[in-house]
Amino acid sequence: MSIIPNWLHRLSSPRNFYRFAGTVSDWCGWIALVLIAIGLYYGLVNSPPDYQQGDSARIMYIHVPAAWMSMFVYMVMAGAAAVGMIWRIKAASAFANASAPVGAMFTAMALATGMLWGKPMWGTYWVWDARLTSELILLFLYLGYMALQSAIEDRDTAARATAILALVGVVNIPIIHYSVEWWNTLHQGATVSKMDKPSIHISMLIPLLIMALAFKFYYFSNVLRRARCEVLEREKDKSWVQELVRGEQP
Amino acid sequence: MSGANLGTAFVSLLRRDLMLAYRHRAQMLNPLLFFVIVVSLFPLGLDPEPELLHAIAPGVIWVAALLAAMLSLDNMFRSDFDDGSLEQLLITPHPLPLLVLAKIVAHWLVSGLPLLLLAPLLGMLLNLGSENLLPLMATLALGTPVLSLIGSIGVALTVGLRGGGVLLSLLILPLFIPVLIFAANAVGNAGAGMDITGQLAFLGSLLALAFALAPLATAAALRISLN
Repeated sequence: MSIIPNWLHRLSSPRNFYRFAGTVSDWCGWIALVLIAIGLYYGLVNSPPDYQQGDSARIMYIHVPAAWMSMFVYMVMAGAAAVGMIWRIKAASAFANASAPVGAMFTAMALATGMLWGKPMWGTYWVWDARLTSELILLFLYLGYMALQSAIEDRDTAARATAILALVGVVNIPIIHYSVEWWNTLHQGATVSKMDKPSIHISMLIPLLIMALAFKFYYFSNVLRRARCEVLEREKDKSWVQELVRGEQP
Repeated sequence: MSGANLGTAFVSLLRRDLMLAYRHRAQMLNPLLFFVIVVSLFPLGLDPEPELLHAIAPGVIWVAALLAAMLSLDNMFRSDFDDGSLEQLLITPHPLPLLVLAKIVAHWLVSGLPLLLLAPLLGMLLNLGSENLLPLMATLALGTPVLSLIGSIGVALTVGLRGGGVLLSLLILPLFIPVLIFAANAVGNAGAGMDITGQLAFLGSLLALAFALAPLATAAALRISLN
């Protein structure tokens, strides 16, 4: 018990989580909106085009943060799932479950923008590049997680089963990543050589970081909103939810 | 504590599973037949040219082995779950991960090992070349136990579910990718006359890692599924 601070323990009660998540979600959502506006303005209008790739490189302001998020969300999801499983905190499980679709969306977004960028740059939508391949496998892992979650009817069982799957995935992600990278260097003759990465100029780095921050805020806003729905569904028979429903629909 | 010690429990569970598999020989053979048929479909679907077959043989044999493993994995806990003996396993005083390991070993003996013995025949069908058969068998010897070990986690998670078989492949196949990469690459490299100790070392370390961790995860997953 002493591992968990008192305030966190109070937060873990569904009712407090519901209220807290609502407030934080709103704030994060607005911050994300403002940051996306600023980041896109700087990235698309106010930063220089790349000296080699011209304006096509601007897709990186979406692509790179999305790719970062795809990994970040999986780690957060596995961490939350582990907390939910070990200490039986339902709010943490709800957070993990809500993370999966958002993470899958970021992964799909990174893949889609990568393909769109690949067509003018590499001349093809898809190459079996190491990073593309690992991202695709990450998408499979997300989809597997969501499939297992929807296949088990009992919520608590589903939460604990998916937690195990997420933890197994965390152990495997580095192995998969390095094996794919290694596989790719062996097949390098067949694939388009990766462009050499020049160190990024500060005028491009700032909008990139703003977008990365914006995506993080968007993720927290979105995931808390989803987690709120899940808490409501879980607790639909409890008195506080019924009071809430009666209070808001007079 | 009961009278039987851990070693006895391990051995008797292993013996029981092998006996059950032997009594249901047809069930055990089906994944093997599947393996052979899938491999023999590739020359029909592609070109039966010897060079092409030689080039694709390692990948085809390994992908077919993965699919055959998926098929046989589904039975790992199924019948025990249906007749309730899985629950009895859970309440024995012995550590569940070790009992799970006994079932995994039994599964490998009846599904992985026959695959290993059958592989040279398929290698010849695909014009792999006799000098590559030994590397192929080496990768299968190191790789198929990993499939049984990692697969057991997925089976344990889906054992009580309807339509668990399809779900199982969705959960487990992405995790098999490193095995596929290193194994198929080792056989390919052996064909080109290159050194394959690196790949075999990787497969061996994957096996060691899976051997140490997978039974723990499977045991935890079983406790959840049977709750």
